[in-house]
Order: sequence, then C-alpha cells, then structure tokens
Amino acid sequence: MFYREAGQFKSSYAADQQLFPIRQDRIGVLLLLAIAFLVVPFVAGEYWFSAILIPFLIFSLAALGLNLLTGYAGQLSLGSAAFMAVGAYAAYNFELRVDGLPILFSFALAGLTAAGVGILFGLPSLWIKGFYLAVATLAAQFFIVWCLTKFPWFSNHSSSGVISTQKVTLFGYAFTSPREKYLLVLTIVTVLALAAKNLVRSSTGRAWMAVRDMDVAASVIGIRLMPTKLLAFAVSSFYCGVAGALYAFCYLGSVEPDGFSLDLSFRVLFMIIIGGMGSILGSFLGAAFILLLPIFLDIALPWLAGALGLPFSNATVSHIQILLFGTLIMFFLIVEPHGLARLWQIAKEKLRLWPFPH
Amino acid sequence: MSKTIGDVILDLQNISLRFGGVKALTDISFDVREHEIRAIIGPNGAGKSSMLNVINGVYHPQEGIIIFRGRERKKMEPHQAATQGIARTFQNIALFKGMTVLDNLMTGRITRMKTRFFEHALWWGRAQREELEHRKKVEEVIDFLEIQHIRKTPVSRLPYGLQKRVELGRALAAEPSMLLLDEPMAGMNVEEKQDMCRFILDVNDQLGTTIVLIEHDMGVVMDISDRVVVLDYGKKIGDGVPEEVKNNPEVIKAYLGASH
Ligand SMILES: Nc1ncnc2c1ncn2[C@@H]1O[C@H](COP(=O)(O)OP(=O)(O)OP(=O)(O)O)[C@@H](O)[C@H]1O
Ligand SMILES: [Mg+2]
Repeated sequence: MFYREAGQFKSSYAADQQLFPIRQDRIGVLLLLAIAFLVVPFVAGEYWFSAILIPFLIFSLAALGLNLLTGYAGQLSLGSAAFMAVGAYAAYNFELRVDGLPILFSFALAGLTAAGVGILFGLPSLWIKGFYLAVATLAAQFFIVWCLTKFPWFSNHSSSGVISTQKVTLFGYAFTSPREKYLLVLTIVTVLALAAKNLVRSSTGRAWMAVRDMDVAASVIGIRLMPTKLLAFAVSSFYCGVAGALYAFCYLGSVEPDGFSLDLSFRVLFMIIIGGMGSILGSFLGAAFILLLPIFLDIALPWLAGALGLPFSNATVSHIQILLFGTLIMFFLIVEPHGLARLWQIAKEKLRLWPFPH
Repeated sequence: MSKTIGDVILDLQNISLRFGGVKALTDISFDVREHEIRAIIGPNGAGKSSMLNVINGVYHPQEGIIIFRGRERKKMEPHQAATQGIARTFQNIALFKGMTVLDNLMTGRITRMKTRFFEHALWWGRAQREELEHRKKVEEVIDFLEIQHIRKTPVSRLPYGLQKRVELGRALAAEPSMLLLDEPMAGMNVEEKQDMCRFILDVNDQLGTTIVLIEHDMGVVMDISDRVVVLDYGKKIGDGVPEEVKNNPEVIKAYLGASH
C-alpha cells in the first residue's frame, strides 16, 4: 500500500477533521494499538515489560505533558520532574489516607493535584517569558523536591522521604505482574494521548499555538492570555502528575524526592527536543530514543570494539553516550527544531509524491 | 456606491499618548461612522499605527475619551475589543507562523466559540459540531479571498503578498463590525494591490463592515476612502473627504516636507 493523500478527496469538512485525516495514518495507528494491546502482552518477556515498555510509556506521557506546555503553548519549563513528584506523592497519599480508593481515582486526583501546583508555578508566565520563565520553573523544581523532603507528612514519616507504593488494585483486581501493569499503563497513556491529540486540533490547541507564535496578535484576536497560559500549565502538569504516579506505582515501586531531580526534568526536555516540539508523535519518538539509545549503545559499542580489536571499558561507553547526546541535542536545536517527528513527516511527504518529486 | 453611511460609532476625543518622553499622539479627535472607509494617512512616524493600537486597546492613552457605540470606554484589553467586534491586521505581518492557513483563520473565530477544553479533549458532540460550523464559515472566507489552494499550507511558507491576504482572512473570519487595517498593501505589486483593494471594497460594500485603513499609497487612499484623517508628528493636520484633504495646504506641506 502506498502512503498518499492523492485520490482521497474529502467530501465533507467532517471527514477532513478526523483524528487522522489520511487513511494510511489511521490504519497505521490502529495497527500499532492492536499490536500494543493484543500481541505484545503475549510475546514480550518480563524484562521487556519492566525495563523497556513500561518506562517508555511513562516517559512518553511526561514528555507529552511537557510538549503541550512548551511545544504547543510556548512556555518553557524545567519543572517536569517536580510535577511528576507531586503526582507520585499525591497518589501515594490518596491511597494511604482514603480507604479503598480505586487506583484510577488516585491517579486522576494525583494529576489534578499536580495541575493545581502547576497553575501556581505557572503564574510567573503572565509576566515573564523564555529564559526568565525557565528560571522561575527551576524554582518550582527545587522548592517542590525540598518540600517533599522537608515535611515528613508527605511520605508518612518515612526516613528521607522514601515512599513504597501501595498495591495497584482496581475494584478488587490487583495488578501485580509486569504484564498487567504494562496493560494498565498502556491504557492510561493511550486515553491521555488521544485526549491530547483532540485538544491540539481544537480551539484550545489553536489558542495555545497562537500564544506561542505571537502573543500580541493572539490577544488582539480575542484570546485571553492569562487563562490560556494557565490552562496549558494545568493540563501539562496533569499529564506529568499522572506520569509521576505511574512512575512510582507501576515502574519503580518505591521512590524518593531526590529521584525527581533536575536531571530528570532535563531528560524529559531532551525527549521533546529530539522527538519534536509541538508534536504528539514526537513525544513518543523522543522518549523511545532517549531510553533506547543507551541500551543500544551498551550492546553495540563493546561488540563494535571487539570486532575492531580495540580495548574498551564501561567508562568509555558512558562517555560516548554523553558525547552523542550532546551532539544530537545541538543538532536538533540548530538544524531541526521539530525533531524526529519532522524528519518522519518529511519522509512521508517524499513518499506521498513518489515517484514524481517536484 | 449603494451603501449608506450611518451614525458615528467610534468617537475619539482629545487623545494623547506618550511613551516616556516621546509624544506619539497629541490631542487628537476624530470620529468613524458606521459602514464608512476611514483612512488615516501621514508620513512615517506620524502616529498612525499608534492610533489603531489605541482603538483596539493595545495602547492606553494618557488622556482623552473613547466612545464606542455610544458608550464611553474604560481602559480595556485587546481581547475585549475583539469581543466587541473589532478586528485588525498589522503593519508587520503578525500571523501565527507555526500554523496552517486554515488554523490561522479558525483562530480568528475564537471569540465566537462556546465549548470548553474538557469538551475539546473528548471531542464529543457539541465540540465537534461547533468545530464544523466554524469551519464552514472559515471556508466562506477562504473562497472569498481565493486562497483555497493554500488552505493546509503553513503560513511561514507563503510569499509576503499571500501572507497579507491570509492575515486579512484571519480578521474577516471573526466577522467583525469594525476592521482596522494597518498598511494592508505595503510591499505589494500592482496586481496584488488591486486584489486587496477589491477585497476591502467588497467587504465594506457587501458586509457593511466599517473600515479604518492606514495606507501610504495616495492613489488608493483617495480612491477608496470616504473620509481621510491626516496625522503629522502625532498631531492632526487635516480631516475630511479626499478632495478636501488633497487641497489642504498644511497636508501638502507635510507631504512635500516628508522624505518619501
Ligand atoms: N511601543 C512603543 N514604544 C515606544 N515608542 C513607540 C511605540 N510605538 C510607537 N512609538 C513611537 O511613536 C511614534 C509613532 O509611531 P507609529 O508607529 O504610530 O507611527 P506610524 O505613523 O505608524 O509610522 P509608519 O508609517 O512608519 O508605520 C514613533 O515616534 C514611534 O517611535
Ligand atoms: Mg505604522
């Protein structure tokens, strides 16, 4: 089947406004979902679930959250990890303090709590932008981690703020195996990704992008800057909050405030830079890339060195990793700010016109 | 022309605007009548753009009264002007660069959209219906401006002349009752100018939209406007129908003295 738009004439605006207007995209996404839900659970092993697939989905969700804020609404944030921390600790506390609360409610409430905190730390965006805003979100990053360490109430008085998450149960059903957790995470991420896709193709998304591209023109057109920016912070933090809750409950099982450091925020930021700012797909591509590259290098580099007969140490692997990341991030920032998603799109455009390039 | 010019809908009285020590506007009064094309002309730096910015709330004058549709206006924000039916284009194109032509125009309808973000997230009944309804309206504007072929093109890839047209489209998509145009024909070639003139006249004629127009091309101004106000160094030096203004000695002096 060729990938092309030609010949697919839309007879109504409704058809043109579908989630994925091009048939091949639609089929591709459905196929991917079918594989993720129906095939992967039966073929993947435990290692794949707990070391690759689950973290990939969770980081995709966090990257998606940051992408809504930074890529779509144009508000740079370095506080993603802190909002994940809020989500993780909020879910823990809801489970702890409300008896028998179904886990999905805890996750949703965790997201809402993070959204509230996000709005609070989004307030500076009403007066400052760009670099200065990034510094303000940095304050959020340090303040939140400090709070979670400083006040023992948040971690139910455990030492140094470490929390061990409760069982993941929903209406009496316990999600214990990595496969079950994978399916739970996959479901949540799918639903939230679809919601994000809907948001960005509606007037909410257009308002965000308008504010990003030209805020004076946006307000002249009738967009109220304050609610629009704060909504972006709220929704973004909601996504990061849910990601944080999943990170604690379905991936690590036990977390401490320092685990949500600035490092983690930067990781999420790199994901959207490499994956593509202002692209839902890019959030997933970026997460996959950043998570998989180290694994790939771990395997490939020693093998390559062996084949070439060069001496090799583990330190070299990590050095090469850092070098490669740095180079790639600079490449994408300078050459292709729309990241892998844009490269993918260019490839599709080429394919669409093939064999008659113009 | 078949149109009938109505009552005064915008009355500016003794407007003064300063930026620090710079007096952009000094004690300016003029009015705009319903359905008319009102031009603002003047040499570079005369304060024309500032005047538009005062009208739609981007700048707040230190002195003066603005009466819009019979009501004295308090200090207000641009988005409030938009909800009152005032739309505009900018001297330096201010499109949303990362978005397609279609999305830029759809954004123009934002004040008319009622659904909220949680409905958007679910994309259920009402949100979807609303999107369709507004899409239809936007397609009318697209047809009117003859830009069907670039609907899905990101605006940053368009040539200058088309970008100007798209920006007009975004303003028209709002179905404004008053349209402020800041040099809509600057930098265009003759054909593009003619097209733009035609669009402006059609909008004014068919939809009855009141238009306040800043333009440097005197031929165009004298041709299409009903009344002209002339600014120089932030002061008003002439006001009246094109014939009057053309023969106003002060205006002639300002233009001969100006370097362009
Ligand atoms: N935001 C601002 N801050 C400071 N000064 C300003 C600002 N906007 C306008 N001015 C000043 O006000 C004066 C009038 O500027 P304005 O842009 O209104 O002129 P104009 O008539 O539109 O000129 P042009 O034909 O060049 O567009 C100029 O001296 C300008 O420098
Ligand atoms: Mg100007």
